Amino acid sequence: MAENLIKPENLVYEKTKVLTDRVMHYCPGCGHGTAHRMLAEAIDELGLQGETIGVAPVGCSVLAYYYFDVDMTEAAHGRAPAVATGIKRVFPEKTVFTYQGDGDLAAIGTAETIHACNRGENILIVFINNGIYGMTGGQMAPTTLPGMKSSTSPRGRDVATMGNPLKITELIAQLPGTYFVTRQSVHTPGNARKTKRALKKALEYQKLNKGTCFVEIVANCPSGWKMTPVQSNKWMEENMFPFYPLGDIKVPE
Amino acid sequence: MKELRLMKGNEALAEAAIRAGADAYFGYPITPQSEIIEYLMRENPVERTGMIVLQAESEVAAINMVYGAAGCGKRAMTSSSSPGMSLKQEGISYIAGAELPCVLVNVVRGGPGLGTIQPSQSDYFQAVKGGGHGDYKLIVLAPATVQESVDYVKLAFELAFKYRNPIMILSDGIIGQMMEKVELFEQQPRLTEAPEWATVGKKPGRDSVIVTSLQLQSEEQEKVNLRLQAKYREIEKNEVRYETHLCEDAEYLFAAFGSCARITRKAMEMAREKGIKVGLIRPQTLYPFPVDAINKLAGQVKGILTVEMNAGQMVEDVRLAVNGKTKVEHFGRFGGMIPSPDEILNALEQKIIGG
Ligand SMILES: Cc1ncc(C[n+]2csc(CCOP(=O)(O)OP(=O)(O)O)c2C)c(N)n1
Ligand code: SF4
Repeated sequence: MAENLIKPENLVYEKTKVLTDRVMHYCPGCGHGTAHRMLAEAIDELGLQGETIGVAPVGCSVLAYYYFDVDMTEAAHGRAPAVATGIKRVFPEKTVFTYQGDGDLAAIGTAETIHACNRGENILIVFINNGIYGMTGGQMAPTTLPGMKSSTSPRGRDVATMGNPLKITELIAQLPGTYFVTRQSVHTPGNARKTKRALKKALEYQKLNKGTCFVEIVANCPSGWKMTPVQSNKWMEENMFPFYPLGDIKVPE
Repeated sequence: MKELRLMKGNEALAEAAIRAGADAYFGYPITPQSEIIEYLMRENPVERTGMIVLQAESEVAAINMVYGAAGCGKRAMTSSSSPGMSLKQEGISYIAGAELPCVLVNVVRGGPGLGTIQPSQSDYFQAVKGGGHGDYKLIVLAPATVQESVDYVKLAFELAFKYRNPIMILSDGIIGQMMEKVELFEQQPRLTEAPEWATVGKKPGRDSVIVTSLQLQSEEQEKVNLRLQAKYREIEKNEVRYETHLCEDAEYLFAAFGSCARITRKAMEMAREKGIKVGLIRPQTLYPFPVDAINKLAGQVKGILTVEMNAGQMVEDVRLAVNGKTKVEHFGRFGGMIPSPDEILNALEQKIIGG
């Protein structure tokens, strides 16, 4: 009988308390949900729930504050690193993170991203790179691949007129203010676990006050890419990963 | 201890911020207000009071840093001059929408565009009519002296926390740059306890604190607006501040604010010497505006001249307050030009008495 098996000692997995019970609004198969869970579990496992302050962006994850059960501020589009700076400067002992999409972090908020990293603000920046503007309906992002179609590059991104995709994570890694820079994904259980390990490391490093930790998660946007979740994961592996290779980019010496 | 000093307006304001127990200042240099951040960096208040000072990469970043710190229940402020204040407007709207306290200082210079670094009052509309997007209001304090610049910093933080609203000190290049004798108030303690609406880390047994201005449901967003409007009515009831001079027997009235009111006062004295019975009303709060006081005086005088260093902005609020009871005209110099008392007296004679 199943009831006989439901005992604390048989429990192998449960939802972390750092995620609320609210039903997420993300599309089926979207990377945001798994990325949220990995970050929430990392916060939980390190016992940081009571001292964490998060900053939500403008983008599909604008309502992240409904899902993370930590105190949070919702920033204007692109300004999360500045908001996080304000928080961390008045509360240096708290754990502070931002959670941002590619349009938010690498287009409208490029200056805030670069300068927060360059000052070495002791915060964690979680960067969800899905190569598209999900929330506003699939427009071209700074990270949209050459030739990739979007509603504002309907014939595919033409780099001659629309510019090249921005590898902001490689750029950030150059700055002396960053301490740990890595690129991960959450599309398989193995990758999700790696992402969680990276997030935990980043949160632990924050206590050292050695600079900004930056975790990029290459993610799918089935709706924006006009694919099924399975197709989108395959497409991501075949197209996104060659351009945005996974792995650590800067690790502490 | 109270202390008497000869100080430049901007520096006195910066010293007042430290003494008011501010927790954080974020700013970006722009003339004519860079002395504020320069003074703070020199003074290094982190050692005096623990107040932190940071030069941001832009005005946009600075106001968003203020937003983050204000959400933590801290006394946060920023200062700028006109072009920089334009850049801050989105952030100010978010702060007003999320109902956070903060202090904003605009040491106004002439515009539009890059304009001039010379003093002006041409950001009146931006300050009192919203500036950014959405239906929100700032309490706007208009100092006319270095002393008021100092006193209004303390008042601004008090009002900001009383109403959980951004407060703007609308100064100008004259007040920011001139030196005057000033009495500095005693050092106030910094805040020790965080208000319950502040993000400080989730405590067991309470819901997480969310600082946001987002309400996707229109019904809910309307409720937010109604709550804001109720707060603004309360502010209009409680916080009107103004000064009158020689209004008892006045047949004519000047209306002017800030540095311009000081020049206008001189014009009033010259008019009195000529036997012209003119008084002066000087709004110290531009929002809430002294509507009732002006309306009452409108019943007594034959005409009102607003004197402004702009092309006619406060004059619209005076006309609304007067509501047709008497003639209202505007006299202004702009683009960084400062009116002389002679010009003002002449304008009174031409536009109000003779007109
Ligand atoms: C100042 C401003 N400009 C534009 C927008 C509209 N907008 C909302 S989200 C968004 C793009 C979001 O894309 P991204 O950051 O990649 O996040 P995703 O939705 O893909 O997770 C834009 C342009 C806005 N809210 N504010
Ligand atoms: S639009 Fe894309 S990024 Fe947004 S929730 Fe849907 S799948 Fe996810």
